Amino acid sequence: MGDFTMPSLGADMEAGTVSQWLVKPGDEVQRGDVIAVVETEKSTIEVEIFESGTIDELLVHEGERVPVGAVLAHVISRAPRAVATTTSPSSVTNAVPPAAAITDTDRVTVATTVTTPTPATPHPAVLSPVVRHLAERLGVDLVTLPGSGPGGAVTRHDVEQAARRTDDEARVRTRAAERKPKSKRKVAAPPQPVHRVASSPLARRRAAELGVDLSALRGTGPHGSVIERDVQRARAPAPVEQAIPAEAEDRQAAMRRAIGALMARSKREIPHYYLSTTIDLTAAMAWLTQANVERPVTARLVLPVLLLKATACAVERVPEMNGFLIDGTFHPSEAVHIGVAVSLRTGGVIAPAIHNTARLSLDEMMTALRDLVGRARTGILRSSEMSDPTITVTNLGELGVEAVFGVIYPPQVALVGFGRVTEQPWAHDGMLGVRQCVTATLSADHRVSDGHRGARFLAEIDRLLQEPEKL
Amino acid sequence: MTSDEARQLIRSVLHQVAPEADIDDVGEGETLQEALDLDSIDFLNFVVGLHEETGLEIPEHDYPQLSSVEGCVAYLTSAR
Repeated sequence: MGDFTMPSLGADMEAGTVSQWLVKPGDEVQRGDVIAVVETEKSTIEVEIFESGTIDELLVHEGERVPVGAVLAHVISRAPRAVATTTSPSSVTNAVPPAAAITDTDRVTVATTVTTPTPATPHPAVLSPVVRHLAERLGVDLVTLPGSGPGGAVTRHDVEQAARRTDDEARVRTRAAERKPKSKRKVAAPPQPVHRVASSPLARRRAAELGVDLSALRGTGPHGSVIERDVQRARAPAPVEQAIPAEAEDRQAAMRRAIGALMARSKREIPHYYLSTTIDLTAAMAWLTQANVERPVTARLVLPVLLLKATACAVERVPEMNGFLIDGTFHPSEAVHIGVAVSLRTGGVIAPAIHNTARLSLDEMMTALRDLVGRARTGILRSSEMSDPTITVTNLGELGVEAVFGVIYPPQVALVGFGRVTEQPWAHDGMLGVRQCVTATLSADHRVSDGHRGARFLAEIDRLLQEPEKL
Repeated sequence: MTSDEARQLIRSVLHQVAPEADIDDVGEGETLQEALDLDSIDFLNFVVGLHEETGLEIPEHDYPQLSSVEGCVAYLTSAR
């Protein structure tokens, strides 16, 4: 049985709200199917499953907000499973932990260590409500229980194991719950909190006064029983369980905080170096104009398509720019998934990926880019697009700036920026002329590459843009 | 196509391209790309939208005429 967990949809995400389930228990799913819609501070994302099988049980209700790594559903796999996590991006090589694993290095361990139980530390932030309910019911102390789930999260299985070890009666109850006839499980709705909760008389009285639902609480008293303090705390919602702020302003503020935290981490941890070069785009612009004359309006290309393709092809020759740096080790990515920075008019920026950028024809790239920008604007992106960009490209030229020196999006190791296309005096073939130029910049991680390779990379982009017809 | 029809069409296409922007606040003569913060992809999507609604081919060298609501109205009403 596999766990379908809340994916990390970008390194700045800590939790998400399951706004909609698109499957129900008993449904067959194929790897890559969108099975849930999740809301984050930044956008609404269709979450894909990375395993084929049958949905066994949905563990999180619609509207519930849970941390990254929390188990959302159990899936009965069709093929034997190797690893405990099901959220690896499909096209990144297996050696690379998904961006999912590095949301917060202080708290979450990377995917490669997932199978080793982490030492017993308090982990309130990586617990699903279902696990809490189960622990509460079985009287298992979560604080001392080592987790075996992603990021050391305590899973349902861990709680059940602990209960089996310590309590015969609990074991019987757990098994009764687990071994329900298959046919019945297929129609089972997400578990309802109908169980009785161990609670203190004072807690019950206080809960009645305040209108707090005891069954929804995580008890911190003996054997997980709910005590008065828990009820009091439930009135002031815990940060992770807060619903996504409904007000647009709150959401913007949350997004700003998320971006701020991630960029601060980038500036704190990544020794950036910056390079800049001016590229003659005359050939590329002329080719583009000519190509578009012959094209119907729906098939026309825009300059960013050429810039993205050239960058993707250059990346293939300078692989130090492409991949993830996790816990001091660089994991180059074989595939090139360029994250395209899209600024949102409501504020903020997101950089979802165009998958296998180097393999797409210009027409395919144009279609992909139009689709991606359109969906980024309307707020529906897919989980794989959010979690696996291997390098980011930002194009601020349309706002009129000449150059952009970007901040690398961790755990990526490079960011390419393009500025405004301007006419400049240019010496070419021994003649001085006016050419259309763009300033291309590179921000790269000195732990992975140095200026020499970075320069080679920018030169490669330049070279490729001189022969647009070959892109 | 009358001016009013054209204006309605333009605003409806702009709304599809930039659903989060306040299109009613855009003045007739304002540059759309600046006023609505449209990038080249958005602008292309806008032109494609106009094409799909009207059937006009709208060559690339006509794009400058579409830079404002006013310009778009003139372009659409004089076409054909």
